[in-house]
This record gives sequence, structure tokens and C-alpha cells, in this order.
Amino acid sequence: MKAVEANSITQRFGKITAVDDITFAVSEGELFGFIGPDGAGKTTLFRIAATLIIPSGGRMTLFGLNVVSDYRELRNHIGYMPGRFSLYQDLTVEENLQFYATIFGTTIRENYHLIEPIYKQIEPFRERRAGNLSGGMKQKLALSCALIHKPRILILDEPTTGVDAVSRTEFWEMLEGLKKEGITIVVSTPYMDEALRCDRIALIQQGRLMGIDTPEAIRTSYGRKMWAVSHPDRYRLLLALREIQIVSNPEPFGEAVHITLHEGTAPEDLNRKLENTGIHGATIKETLPGIEDVFLELMRRKPEEKSL
Amino acid sequence: MEREKVIEVRDLVKKFGAFTANDHLSFDVYRGEIFGFLGANGAGKTTAIRILCGLSRPTSGRVMVAGIDASRRPEEIKKRIGYMSQRFSLYEDLTVRENIELYGGIYGMRMKELIHRREAMLQRLSFTSYGDTLIRSLPLGLRQKLSFATAVFHDPEIVFLDEPTSGVDPVTRRQFWEMIYETASQGITVFVTTHYMDEAEYCDRITIMNEGKIVALDTPSVLRQQYGTATVEELFVKITRPQRTMV
Repeated sequence: MKAVEANSITQRFGKITAVDDITFAVSEGELFGFIGPDGAGKTTLFRIAATLIIPSGGRMTLFGLNVVSDYRELRNHIGYMPGRFSLYQDLTVEENLQFYATIFGTTIRENYHLIEPIYKQIEPFRERRAGNLSGGMKQKLALSCALIHKPRILILDEPTTGVDAVSRTEFWEMLEGLKKEGITIVVSTPYMDEALRCDRIALIQQGRLMGIDTPEAIRTSYGRKMWAVSHPDRYRLLLALREIQIVSNPEPFGEAVHITLHEGTAPEDLNRKLENTGIHGATIKETLPGIEDVFLELMRRKPEEKSL
Repeated sequence: MEREKVIEVRDLVKKFGAFTANDHLSFDVYRGEIFGFLGANGAGKTTAIRILCGLSRPTSGRVMVAGIDASRRPEEIKKRIGYMSQRFSLYEDLTVRENIELYGGIYGMRMKELIHRREAMLQRLSFTSYGDTLIRSLPLGLRQKLSFATAVFHDPEIVFLDEPTSGVDPVTRRQFWEMIYETASQGITVFVTTHYMDEAEYCDRITIMNEGKIVALDTPSVLRQQYGTATVEELFVKITRPQRTMV
């Protein structure tokens, strides 16, 4: 049995189609990521999965239970962490946790082992009001509350958005720990580099899925050799690369510009052309396409949907 | 030739009760520079930015922004800077044109000049067809671009961008950085915070804050070499992780 099976899920809000005919399945125990920018439809899709809104069309089941008709039973199995912090700000850390445990008819003690690695870190502040916690601590408390009833699936809506690079790393390490406990995790993020930490990912943009696969397979699906070109004057390099005929799709990536070269041309040819435009000593190295390279490529393939 | 400093900070200290949010910060930012201001959540970035923007006063130390002393005349600073944050940017129930007009008006621009510049700006951004659209119905990526253009509409000496690209799609994110480059090449200094470490590589210089202090300050390539890391992301983790308390 699949942890999640979604068939042609569609959600309309008035004239806007937030989720457009999305089909996917998640296996039990899988760490499955939805990668896409704001407005892609991630939150809407997650709210449907968490039995909070009823889809305009399509069918979704979690562990064989229908998100619309079996929502009462299903809620016992779901741990949901919404994108916006939504615990009780004027209850303390411990009171919040107690509250969630009680709602689900359990106690903190009963499932303590599950939350221990996470909760331990905020336990020294258990008498502090949730509203006075730092961002990183709020995130840990929210995750503890989502876990306290020992759900079979965690639905985490952008848990790392706006969080610094170190806290994000720590958060993903916690998820890997939970995965070992056998919990299925569905998580969304706008940070493409985090995709590599998932078993499988779905790339989502403007309500539609652009691809589903393992991060590795998504990267290799790029299918062409990619080169990283760098030069101290990055902006001039980018503008020059755009004008050079044998270069396709130059995109800045950190300290380099990623490009592909037309068939039958080599880095030496590019270097010569760069020299001609007055850019001397550029470095051209082969590089592996990342998730973001593929995402950009997929966005290019649908030019009619691009924002400008 | 000596480069012109537009921000000069010496021994900036900001305390909240017993808590020291900024602990003797010293740095300069030059005209036309893209200056990346990085740090973990809670490292004290926001506190420092609020002081640089004239919204809060330092406890001690000397802070000069666009030639103005932040301890003495913080109100004057506000006229000479632009600011854009990820949370608040534009009024959703005003149109594109109305928003620009509002900002221009606040900065005391004359109506005739304002309208002239507004139309030129819309043209430059290929935004003319959206001029009378409510911000609410504008796609997110366009909103971010417009809100940046609005933040520099009054030709400030420095523009502060606080996580400007958070949650923005990768195409828009790159277009946004090109706008940053263009702005900097016109001599406007760009002071930017981000959680996207690849964007940190696009900055001329970066500073990394940790627990109220500046722990690194240089060009991304010098820092990468110095710490022996391949990317700024690794650098950031290397610098901030070991010293971090467990919360």
C-alpha cells in the first residue's frame, strides 16, 4: 500500500487554478520532496493531503484512506506542520506539546522517544512562551508537536524557509533520523539544493508537476555536458556569453556561469571567442548539472507560462 | 585612488538590557559596491540593519551612513537610502502606478518629474501593460522586481535589501540579481542579506556575522581560499557551526 496516492488532483480558487491535475504516489517510509517557488501550489496540495481543504477535482488517499471521506480516521495518522508558525503563542513550550498530546489522546511520555532528539534541544526553555522563541526553536517545537501522536506520515510545508543555512542542515538531519523510525515524510522547499536530501522529488511550478524522480535521475535527465565558466568580472562575462553563438542558456550559478555548448564545439573555441570580446583568462570547467539547472531548463521549455 | 566610503562603522555596540546584539562591529562599504551581509538567524543582522537605516540608535560606537551620523541625525539617513524587505514591499490594493506615485511622493519628488520617471521606469522594466494592475493580482516574481525598482526610484545612495529573493523562482531570482548589478553599476550601493548561499557569491564582498560579531569579511573568493572551502555555503557552515550553541 502506498503512503500517498494522488490522482488528477485539481484545486481552483475562483478563476485561479492553484493545483492543476497533479498525479503522484509516495511509498511508505519515503522522504519525498516538492521543490518549487512561492505560488507553485505546494501549500494548497499539502492542505488537501492534510484533510484541511477538499479538492475541486481528483482523488487522494493516504494509506488507503480517502482524504475527503475518511478524514476523521486519517487525522490520527497525519502530523502536519504548516508553513506559518501556528502554535499557541501564549502557551509555554511544554503546554503546547501537552495540548497536542491530549487532543490526540496520548501523553508526552508515551511517545517521548520519538521527539527526544528534537525536543531535548528546546527542553531547557520549556517554560518559555512559544511566542518568545527564536525562529529555529519555534521550528523545533512545531516539529515536536506534529510528532507527538506518533503519526505515520509527516506533512511539512516549507519548514526551512527563511531559516539560515546551518539550521537548515540541522533540520534535514532530524528528518533523516525520523525516516529511520519508519515515518513517511512529505516536505516542500523553495531551496533547490535541499532536494538532494530527498529519496525522490517532484518539481512543481504554477500548479503543475514538471517532473518526478530521484534527485540523481533528475540531474542526469539534463542530458548534455554542462560547463562552468568563471572570471573575476562576472557581470561582463555573463553579458559576453549571451552574445556568443555557440553558447546556450548561460545562467549565473554562484561564482560561475553555467552553460552548454553547441554540438561540435569545445571549450577552446569558447575561450577564443571570449578573448575576442576582451575577456582574458576565463576558466572553463566541466560540471554536473544540479537540480536548479534542470528546473531552469524545464521552465524554459514552457515559455508561454513564464512570468515575463 | 581612494574609494569613497558610503558606510563607515566603528565599534558599533547595541545592547538590549543585558543582551549584546551587536558586539563592536567595524566595517566600511564603498560606493557602488554589492555588499552581502550574512549570518545565522539571531546573529544580529537585523539589529545592525535597523541602525544603518536610522530606525534604531547605537548604544555606542560611530556609524556614518551617506555622510550622516546615525546617532545624531537618523531621520536624515532615511531620505538618502532605499529599503526593501521580503515581507512588506508594496500596497496590495493600490495599482503599480499608484504605488510608485506614493513612494515618490513620500520622498518629496515633484509630480511632473515623478510621472516622467515613473513612465520611464515602467518602460525599462517592460511593465507598461501592468501599470494599472493592482499589486494583489501581479505574479509574485513581478512584485519583487517592482518593489526593488520602487526602492531605488528616488535615487538613494544606498539600497538595503533584506532577503529580497526569498521563495522566488530561479528565473526571477536571476533576473533580480541582474537588476542589482545594473543598480550597482550606476553607483548605488547595494547592501543585501540572503539565505541563498549561491547569491552570496554574486556579492563584491561579504561579511558573516555570528553571535553579535563579525567573524569574516572579504571577497567571496578570498574567504573561500582562506578557509579552504569550495563554496560560500561550506564556508558559512564551517564558520558558524562549531561556535553555535544548541538552540
